[in-house]
Amino acid sequence: MTAATQTLLEVKNLKKYFPIRKGFFRKTVGNVRAVDDVSFFINDGETLGLVGESGCGKTTASRCILRALVPTGGEMIFRSKEGQFVDLAKLTRAGLHPLRSQMQMIFQDPYGSLNPRMTLFDIVGEPMYVNGMTNRKERVERVAELLRLVGLRPEYMQRYPHAFSGGQRQRIGIARALSVNPRLVVADEPVSALDVSVQAQILNLMLDLQKRLNLTYLFVAHNLSVVRHICDRVAVMYVGKIVEMANTLELYAAPKHPYTAALMSAVPVADPRIKTGNVELKGEVPSPANPPPGCYFHPRCEFAVEVCHQDAPVFREITPNHQGDLGHFVACHRADELKLPGIA
Amino acid sequence: MDNQSSFLLSVRDLKTYFFMDEGVVKAVDGVTFGVNPGQVFGIVGESGCGKSVTMKAVLRIVEPPGRIVNGQILLRCANKDVSGCDTVVDLAKLEANSKEMRDIRGAEIALIPQEPMAAFSPVHTVGDQIIEAITLHQDVSKRAARGIALQMFKDVGIPIPEQRLDEFSWQLSGGLRQRAIIAMALSCHPRLLIADEPTTAVDVTTQAQVLRLLRRLQEQRNAAIIFITHDLGVIAQMADYVMVMYLGLVMEEGPVDVIFHAPKHPYTQALLRSIPTITMTPRINLPTISGSIPHPFNKPRGCPFHPRCEKAMAGKCDVRVPALQAIGEKQAVSCFLFHDVEVTT
Repeated sequence: MTAATQTLLEVKNLKKYFPIRKGFFRKTVGNVRAVDDVSFFINDGETLGLVGESGCGKTTASRCILRALVPTGGEMIFRSKEGQFVDLAKLTRAGLHPLRSQMQMIFQDPYGSLNPRMTLFDIVGEPMYVNGMTNRKERVERVAELLRLVGLRPEYMQRYPHAFSGGQRQRIGIARALSVNPRLVVADEPVSALDVSVQAQILNLMLDLQKRLNLTYLFVAHNLSVVRHICDRVAVMYVGKIVEMANTLELYAAPKHPYTAALMSAVPVADPRIKTGNVELKGEVPSPANPPPGCYFHPRCEFAVEVCHQDAPVFREITPNHQGDLGHFVACHRADELKLPGIA
Repeated sequence: MDNQSSFLLSVRDLKTYFFMDEGVVKAVDGVTFGVNPGQVFGIVGESGCGKSVTMKAVLRIVEPPGRIVNGQILLRCANKDVSGCDTVVDLAKLEANSKEMRDIRGAEIALIPQEPMAAFSPVHTVGDQIIEAITLHQDVSKRAARGIALQMFKDVGIPIPEQRLDEFSWQLSGGLRQRAIIAMALSCHPRLLIADEPTTAVDVTTQAQVLRLLRRLQEQRNAAIIFITHDLGVIAQMADYVMVMYLGLVMEEGPVDVIFHAPKHPYTQALLRSIPTITMTPRINLPTISGSIPHPFNKPRGCPFHPRCEKAMAGKCDVRVPALQAIGEKQAVSCFLFHDVEVTT
């Protein structure tokens, strides 16, 4: 894959297995392959969407990147502020510390992610304090600036989270993530807990902040309409693997993997004149502890042939990079011959 | 809006309040609507709009400190009276735990709840719970009830139904659990099915399966569905008729095509504009609705939407509450932009 200068993060063959233990001696009898050999890259200033159904490993992958989890294998090459390439997977706790401020997270649940006993000043100011800004006056100024940045009034600084609505709380969460000037922001379902009328406000804010601060987003979500709106490129995960990754509009218009196409057709469109949901995906998502042989998707795939039952397809590039496009990658034996319907 | 002679459910001026120590929350504050047999009636709204409380009031399962303080909930029952006319019961007048109400719940009106995990008891098998529901409402033996349950499982497309009947809810996947709930809800042939956010907890592919299943069963059995959701996409795909609620009041109602293609109320319009769709240009700023939904304790005076409304008229919208009035043949809107009728108290 590319190793151009502007790559901020390159993930190679990332694996995260959770052992299944049984019996008196807690012997490991198997592994839940939550993230199984995943490779992708994110360039400076872009938004990469990570989509998939629950249990596909998208949250585990994003947590590995932030080193909230220690990956089982693979590399995560991050270009630090100083221009050095460091492998996040191998760093120790102490080695990670200077990098932590460069990677921040926005959480899904604006109610669970703010400590109800801390004021806004404490919540937004704490990461700064931890990262060496010990002067209280400086912090007050910076918190006020951040609150203004996310569209809240600086006077709110002494209030507690309970005084705010869901949308306002999500703004507080964003201010906290931005407090230490991160370069990579991992947003795990940042709008799925919000009301429809408030979602748009937060999406606009995220787009606006990205332009102003040159942020790079890893946007983890399951709502494909939202993902299409905010992401430059999208990676689709299924049972711990990325099955397809491409430019957003290309992926939506011309998906190459049958799973992506099925996912697209399942999106209910907010227009009664367009009937969706015509492609029925039969069966259930297999367990990542006991995935089927060959392509993990073959038991549900209407295009499966002999080879799909036996060999796992390689994640490969099918359309090479052309200008403004970072290539179309897919893991399907029949990607070249299939003509799959997209949407819009 | 509803046709008096043919309705299945007719709710008139329903008010459900919650009497808390801190004050009174007017969760549903004068809602009128009618559902016809075989219709998919969508109720759409954001949190706190009263869509779920309306449904709970219809089933008479509003929990204290909540209470129905006003209104009628008329249900046309299947059984005929002596003169051969349909019997119409006012559910609001019945005792919540009376025999009549318990006979109606499950048999005439069934519920598909949001969280299928919480809806099943974890210590009884799924089959036992469905058999219990069947024997409660139908005069059949346990063996026959099991046969009905098995057939229901087949109808909703559960693979290896014999085995699944004897499993516990936690052994089923999310999609299967939702199907089992649908099987249970349909087991007594209800004529009205209330689906409260039935697909919010499941994935998009499972959602498509469940929606297709509901559509198919609804057409086969000609049951009416009240479909409650906040997802405008799901409403557009499922409903025949849509009612838009905001803070306990109906903002607008009409056939689904009219609501999505010719919305009149500023709230409906703003809501539809603010969702990203799969046909619009990505990465542009979405038109938003300013502010957020007010806390139920400090609802604004006048039209509940006026503080967030771009077209609010000072001295009018912030003082008086607009009534829901028919505009044209099909649509009804509660907004002073279109009429001058206010709610009389």
